[in-house]
Amino acid sequence: MADLALLAQEAVNVGVPIGKGLVYGLAAIGPGIGIGFLVGKAVEAMARQPEAAGMVRTTMFLGIAFTEALALFGFVLSFIVS
Amino acid sequence: MTGLLAVLSTPPEGFHAPGTEIFQYAGNPELCLIGSGPLCIQKVTLLMLLSAVAISAFFLMAFRAPRLVPRGVQGVAEGLVDIVRRGVVLEVMGPDGLPFLPLLTTLFVFIWVNNSLGIIPLIQFPTTSRMAIPAVLAGLVWLVFNVVGIVKQGGLGYLKNVLFPPGVPAPIYVLVTPIEFVSTFLVRPLTLAVRLGANMIAGHLILTIFAVGCWYLFSHLWTPGADWVAGFGVFSFALLVFMTGFEVLVAFLQAYIFTMLTAVYIAGAMHPEH
Repeated sequence: MADLALLAQEAVNVGVPIGKGLVYGLAAIGPGIGIGFLVGKAVEAMARQPEAAGMVRTTMFLGIAFTEALALFGFVLSFIVS
Repeated sequence: MTGLLAVLSTPPEGFHAPGTEIFQYAGNPELCLIGSGPLCIQKVTLLMLLSAVAISAFFLMAFRAPRLVPRGVQGVAEGLVDIVRRGVVLEVMGPDGLPFLPLLTTLFVFIWVNNSLGIIPLIQFPTTSRMAIPAVLAGLVWLVFNVVGIVKQGGLGYLKNVLFPPGVPAPIYVLVTPIEFVSTFLVRPLTLAVRLGANMIAGHLILTIFAVGCWYLFSHLWTPGADWVAGFGVFSFALLVFMTGFEVLVAFLQAYIFTMLTAVYIAGAMHPEH
């Protein structure tokens, strides 16, 4: 019985750092793909129409800001998990 | 080879990976410079207040006796205002957003200076990485765009435009209304605060980790038999320099994004979707 409790404690000790890493790692996948698409398309648009570069850049930063928020939530949660 | 593995795999004495304690003054949340309890003024508060004083002094000096052809400080200050005026207000809100130029410029300069404190030698602490400061700024923005919406569209009209956006089939409102409520009144201020705070926390952590790693690896120079470990400190130092340069960019970008999102929210409250 005591062994089992010890084992459970050990599982918690090992699991928490792994969980912290996983929380951020998993949260970063989606935004990573999203920002990749977003900036790629923005560069494409700027190359096709250089005179619209200013407008595209502003909208691109806005889009990045919204997409990035999800990854940052994961980052903050990784501190909260304990 | 086994020597390398032994050095790298044994937990080094005296090395502690920096954690959340680096965001407290001397690692002690109870330590105050002036006052105590809830009125505690410690390093972070002092830095923030000093930055506010410095920014006020800078703008007062720049526009005390303005000239038609700007020179010196006035030129720099006009450049800052122009970044916000052309890059944010006219781009996002159009000419009727110009009354909000003072608010947006103040936000931009305050956040930029406070972010940049993280890379200014000897200070090296971004005050915006303490969640209270982004949270208060985001609360202020939330208040401003809601008040603007109520003033421009009337209380009920504003709520109706936010919760029941036109052009949606009636049954879909069951889904749309709760989502719009949560995203406009709860998620907006939350993401605004978390985006700024988390970016500065992450940046400061990265810089600290490389700085501590650099010091630790170089400290092996005087350890007999392990002095070659110091060679790895070069990589840590190179990354430290690189990330510091990156933080210069992040400090500006986060201030710019915060200002731009504020402008977008205010513009959304001024002109409802038709």
